[in-house]
Amino acid sequence: MQPLPRRLLALPLLLAVALGGCADDSGSGGGVQSVKLSTIRGRGKLVCGVDGKLPGFSFLGPDGTYSGLDADTCRAVAAAVLGDPAKVEFRDLNSSERFAALASGEVDMLARNTTMTLSRDSAGGNGISFGPTTFFDGQGVMVPVASGATTLQDLNGKPICVESGTTTELNLADRMREQGISYTPLKFQTGDQTYAAYLGGRCVAVTSDRSQLAAKRSSFPKPDEHTLLPEVMSKEPLTPASVNGDPAWADAMRWTVFALFQAEELGITKANVAAKVAEAKANTNQADLRRFLGVEGDFGKQLGLPADFVPKTIAAVGNYGEIFERNVGSGSALKLERAQNRLWTQGGLIYSPPFR
Amino acid sequence: MINTLERIPWWRDRRVMPWIVQAVVGLVLLVVISLLVGNLVRNLTGAGLLLSWRWLGQPASFDVAESLIPFDASMPYWRALLVGLVNSLRVIVVGLVGATLLGTAVGMASFSSNGLLRRLARVYVEVIRNIPLLLQLLFWYFVVFLALPNGTAAFQLPGVVVSKSGLYLAWFAQGFSWQGPELVNGVWQAPLRLSVEFTALLTGLITYSGAFIAEVVRGGIASVPLGQWEAATSLGLHWSASMRSVVLPQALRVIVPGLNSQYISLAKNSALAVAVGYVDLYSVSETTLNQTGRALEVFLLLLGSYLIIDLLISAVMNGVNQLVQIRER
Repeated sequence: MQPLPRRLLALPLLLAVALGGCADDSGSGGGVQSVKLSTIRGRGKLVCGVDGKLPGFSFLGPDGTYSGLDADTCRAVAAAVLGDPAKVEFRDLNSSERFAALASGEVDMLARNTTMTLSRDSAGGNGISFGPTTFFDGQGVMVPVASGATTLQDLNGKPICVESGTTTELNLADRMREQGISYTPLKFQTGDQTYAAYLGGRCVAVTSDRSQLAAKRSSFPKPDEHTLLPEVMSKEPLTPASVNGDPAWADAMRWTVFALFQAEELGITKANVAAKVAEAKANTNQADLRRFLGVEGDFGKQLGLPADFVPKTIAAVGNYGEIFERNVGSGSALKLERAQNRLWTQGGLIYSPPFR
Repeated sequence: MINTLERIPWWRDRRVMPWIVQAVVGLVLLVVISLLVGNLVRNLTGAGLLLSWRWLGQPASFDVAESLIPFDASMPYWRALLVGLVNSLRVIVVGLVGATLLGTAVGMASFSSNGLLRRLARVYVEVIRNIPLLLQLLFWYFVVFLALPNGTAAFQLPGVVVSKSGLYLAWFAQGFSWQGPELVNGVWQAPLRLSVEFTALLTGLITYSGAFIAEVVRGGIASVPLGQWEAATSLGLHWSASMRSVVLPQALRVIVPGLNSQYISLAKNSALAVAVGYVDLYSVSETTLNQTGRALEVFLLLLGSYLIIDLLISAVMNGVNQLVQIRER
């Protein structure tokens, strides 16, 4: 027989737990002792779990490089930890194998359009540690324009394609049950199979995060023939994640992402970050800027990162606004609105706690 | 004088030494296993992941596309897993019957006096055997079945309709009235409906296992001495009659042990269902795993289920094997 390799993913997990010694005893106390951080430094590269097939978030282009908001999040963390955004090894994971890959240590972190939920976060559930949300999304439904469907009710009795192992699978069941709509869920293991079945006409609708639907639609042969229903079925905060049980590593990742938000708020861009560092060095009165850019204080050291991790990160990938526009916003094929992903100062939800 | 009563030293005693060796090996094995299990339990307890089965009773809150037993999202996880198991068994049982019939026919055809039939059988076996099953399943589903037309354009034979949404068969409706498929408001209705996912998976499994079974059958028939054929022919039996009454019964004792392993692989291969969207045990387990995070428990259930299914198939086939062996009188 030909076993699916992913079926075996739980076995390394089992073996790792069975054979693993008591390496977890360190890590507490000092605050900057992190098994993961020293592993990454020793290895010289960050292993980052991504989708790999989702335009705008993580997409392996024809030139062999990954692009997208999630891919740039990985690069930002690599720049912060290792000082070089190129020192990332991307690992494509489907939605079913992502948590096993993270828990077994196969990847250091996930930036894989993963929705933060209670059961995924809690120690009694998947037990993973979430960072700051990098994209606030909601679940939508895409239908062919020719089907004439305009509401969920129009899908009564019809087959709907969904990727298995996602929050969308559960939300679909909940919403349909609430509204008393009967339907046939057709579940596939990968996004490719899901959208192939939809395009093959097996389902009259496909459901996923609205950003993902828009991204996939942009890669369809005829994008104009498909439309998103106006209904938003759920909250989908897409959030990078790291392993539970290594708080220092989780903090380093968390504050690297916050630095992207803070940089946009302070108007620090990829282009002007060098000038801003020079300005901060020259002007001792700009205490906030000096601390943020690591000119004074020891924020980097407290996190177990280099003192200049913020300017390194911004110089590598730019601030959050630049990453957004480049990958999913006006500078991309997706042309998504910033909407709730604007800074809090502009009425959005992107907010960094103070660097203090 | 040779003292025959002189005691043999224990390290040369053939009655003692094997026992000691076996005891030592057994002890070492026991120590290794208990170390591993102990470590597993300790680390799982540390991670708060020690085996717990309470989640089995919680509502599954996901739907399944098809089920032979009643199911909805408010029912517990164990019920969802049972739905998956029943769906798996359904495709395995139908697949076993289909693959056996196809394999036997092709295996016999490779001894046919008709050259075209013989060569077709060879081509079928060589093509199917040498292409990975996963590729074949994806081919059947995405290339063949999803390319079928729907509605009025669907392929219609008497009592059978093949369309993109599934296979519709005539069957006994209420009472004993024979009812064929009919088009109601652009949607086919029939007493017996097989989803296109099930049909694609079944087609893939039957054609794939059929090719291997054909080889087992061919080997079995080839093992019957040529003299048996000649004896049957000299009695005036036709090719098909000599095959049926003389050769095949003798070939069975070679065929049956070979069939056993083919049946087991078919059962295991059915777990590839998830690639074509059929809700089998693996598909339901995967959803369950992702919703509950209980990876170890779900995989233990999965491993146990497939182990039991395969052991059952083995036991049945061993029984059949006893029946077809030559009995000395």
